[in-house]
Amino acid sequence: MSTIVLMTVTGLGLAALYFLVASGLSLVFGLADVLNFAHGLFLSVGAYATWWAAGNLPGAGSDGWGFVLAVLFGVVAGTVVAALVELVMIRPLYSRTIEQVLVTVGLSLAGVAALQAGFGADPRPFPRPSWTQQVVTLAGARVPLDRLLLIVAALVVLGLLLAFLRWTRYGLIIRAGVENREMVTALGIDVRKAFTLVFAIGGAAAALAGALSGVYFGSVSPTSGASLLIFAFIVVVIGGMGSVLGSAVAAVAVGLLQQFVNYYGTSGAGDICVVALLAVVLLWRPAGLAGKAATA
Amino acid sequence: MTATPLTLLKRYWPVAAFVALALLPYSGITIPGLFDGPLNSPGALQVLALCLVFGGLAAGYDLLFGRTGLLSFGHALYFALGVYGTDILVTKYGYPLPLAALLAVLFATTIATALGAVALRVHGIAFSMVTLAFGQVGAILVARDPGGLTGGEEGLALNAAGLPDMFVGVVNTVNLYWLALAYLGLVVVVLHRVAQSPTGRVFAGLRDDERRVGVLGLDPYRFKLVSFTLSSSLAALGGVVYLLLAAGASPHVASSDLTLTLLVMVVLGGPGTRFGPVLGGVLFTYLDHRLTDFGGSDAVDSLPGVLAGPLSQPLFVLGTIFILAVYFFPGGLAGLGTRLTAVRRAVTSPPRP
Repeated sequence: MSTIVLMTVTGLGLAALYFLVASGLSLVFGLADVLNFAHGLFLSVGAYATWWAAGNLPGAGSDGWGFVLAVLFGVVAGTVVAALVELVMIRPLYSRTIEQVLVTVGLSLAGVAALQAGFGADPRPFPRPSWTQQVVTLAGARVPLDRLLLIVAALVVLGLLLAFLRWTRYGLIIRAGVENREMVTALGIDVRKAFTLVFAIGGAAAALAGALSGVYFGSVSPTSGASLLIFAFIVVVIGGMGSVLGSAVAAVAVGLLQQFVNYYGTSGAGDICVVALLAVVLLWRPAGLAGKAATA
Repeated sequence: MTATPLTLLKRYWPVAAFVALALLPYSGITIPGLFDGPLNSPGALQVLALCLVFGGLAAGYDLLFGRTGLLSFGHALYFALGVYGTDILVTKYGYPLPLAALLAVLFATTIATALGAVALRVHGIAFSMVTLAFGQVGAILVARDPGGLTGGEEGLALNAAGLPDMFVGVVNTVNLYWLALAYLGLVVVVLHRVAQSPTGRVFAGLRDDERRVGVLGLDPYRFKLVSFTLSSSLAALGGVVYLLLAAGASPHVASSDLTLTLLVMVVLGGPGTRFGPVLGGVLFTYLDHRLTDFGGSDAVDSLPGVLAGPLSQPLFVLGTIFILAVYFFPGGLAGLGTRLTAVRRAVTSPPRP
C-alpha cells in the first residue's frame, strides 16, 4: 500500500513538471499555431538562471527566502527570453507555420550549444533547499517533500492560469483566439499582443519547471530541457492543443502511467506505454481529449 | 535538335560529376585549408564519404518533406534500424554482412509501413508529433539496452571478423568511399525516377494541395504511405553504409537531434529541388566536421571568452546559419542561383526609357 502511495505521489510530481512545460506549449500552439521546439530552451534558461542566482546574486541562496528569490530570478529570465524570442524571431514569420517551426528548431540546436559553451556539457549540481530532501509520512508512506513541492507549484500555476483565462480581458482574447483567430482579428483586436503574452506566460511556466526539475533531479544540464520537452509534446497532443485543463488531465495520465509501468514492468516500458497511449488517443479522437479544432 | 557540347554538358553534368567523384581517390591533390591531407588520404576520404552518406540521407528525407509535404520528426528511427539492425545481426548473431543488411532494411521497411499507417491517420503538425513520439521510442529502446543487444550509452562496435575484407582497415577506406558514393547515386536516381513518374506528380500534388488530390479521385493516404515507406527504407539503407563507415553504432543515430539535423540540411540546401538537399547534406556534414577543428584552433581561442565559447560549438554556428537562412534565403542554396540571376539582371540591364 505504501508503495502505491509513494508511486502515485512521484507520478503526480512528474505530471506536475509535464504540466508546467505543456501548458505554455499548448497555449502557444492553440493561439499562434507555433510548434515551439525552443520551449525546452526556456526551461534550461530558467534552470541555469536559478542555479546562477543561487550562487552569485546578492540576497539569493540555496535556502529559505534566498532560494525563492533565486527561483524568481530564473522565472523572470525565462519570461524575458521567451518574450524576446517571440518579438524578434517569431513575429516576422507570422502565419508562415513551417518557417516558424524551423526557426524554433534552429534556436533549440543553437541555444543548447550556447548553454554548453557557457556552462559545460556535464550536469551541474543544483542548489536545493535542505527541507526538500526531508520526508513526511503520508498514508503510511514516507514521501519526499520535493514531490509535494512540485505538485503544489503546478496546482498554483493551474489555478492562476484558469483564473487569468476566465476573468481577465486578455484571458478572454486568448480563449477566443484559440477558438477562432480570424474572428478576433476581424473584431479589431490586435491578437499579436496576445501572442507575446502567451509566449511570456509559457516561458515563465517552463522556467519554473526548469528550476523545480533542478530541485527534483538534483542537477541541471543543457539537454535536460529536451528530454522533458518530448513528453510535454505528447501531453499536449493527448490533451488537445490549446486547452490548459486538457493538458493538466493528460499530464496526470502520462505521469502516473509512466511511473507505474516503469516500476512494475521493466525500466523504459513506461515511456513506451506513454507513446502507445498517444497512438490510441489519436486514433480514437484525433483532436485530443479536449477535442477542439486542433488538427491544423 | 543538335547536340552541341554545351547542351550535352547541361543535360549530363550530374553524370560527369558522379564520374569525377568516383575517380577522385586516384588524384593526390592537396587542397590546403579544406582538408588536412591529400584528397586520397584515408582521413580525407572518410570525411568525404560521411558527407556523401548524409547527402543521400538528406535527399531521402526530402522525398517526405520537400516533395510530399510531410514534416516527420521521427526519421532517425529508420536510419537507426538500419544501423543497429545490421550491427546486431553481424556482431551478435554472426550473419554475413549482405544478408544482415538485407534483413535490416526489410525490417525497417516493415516497421515504417506499420508506423506510417498509424501516423498518417492524422494531418499536419499532429503527424509531426506522432512521428516524434515513435522516434523517441527508438531512442529509448536503444538507450535502455534490451537484452544487452544495443550496448546502451556505450554503443555497439561492429565486429570486423564478420565483414568482407574489402571493408576492413584504414587502407580500404577508399572502398567505403565508393560505397557511400554508390549509395548517394542510388538515392538520387531513385528520387529522380520517382519525381518523373505519375506517382511523383501525385506527391507534388499532395504537397501543394491535398484536398485537390482527393477530389481527383486519388487516395491521399495511400500515396503518403508509399512516400513514407520509400523514404524510410532509403534511410535504413543509408544506415547500413553509415555503420560500415563509423565501424559501429552509437545512441546518437536514434536521437531526435539527428532528424532535426536532416531537416536543417534539407532547408539549407533547398527543399523539393533535385540537388539542393544533397548539397545541404554534404555542406552541413563537412562544416560540422571542420568547425569542430576550427573551434579548437588558435584563432578562436585568442578571441574573448564571450565569442570563443559559442564559436567552439559547431551546432551553435550551424544553428545560427540555419536561422538566418530561414529568414533571408527561403529557397536554400538551390534557390540562391535564381535569386542572384534576378539581382544581376536588375543591376546590369539598362534602364528602360
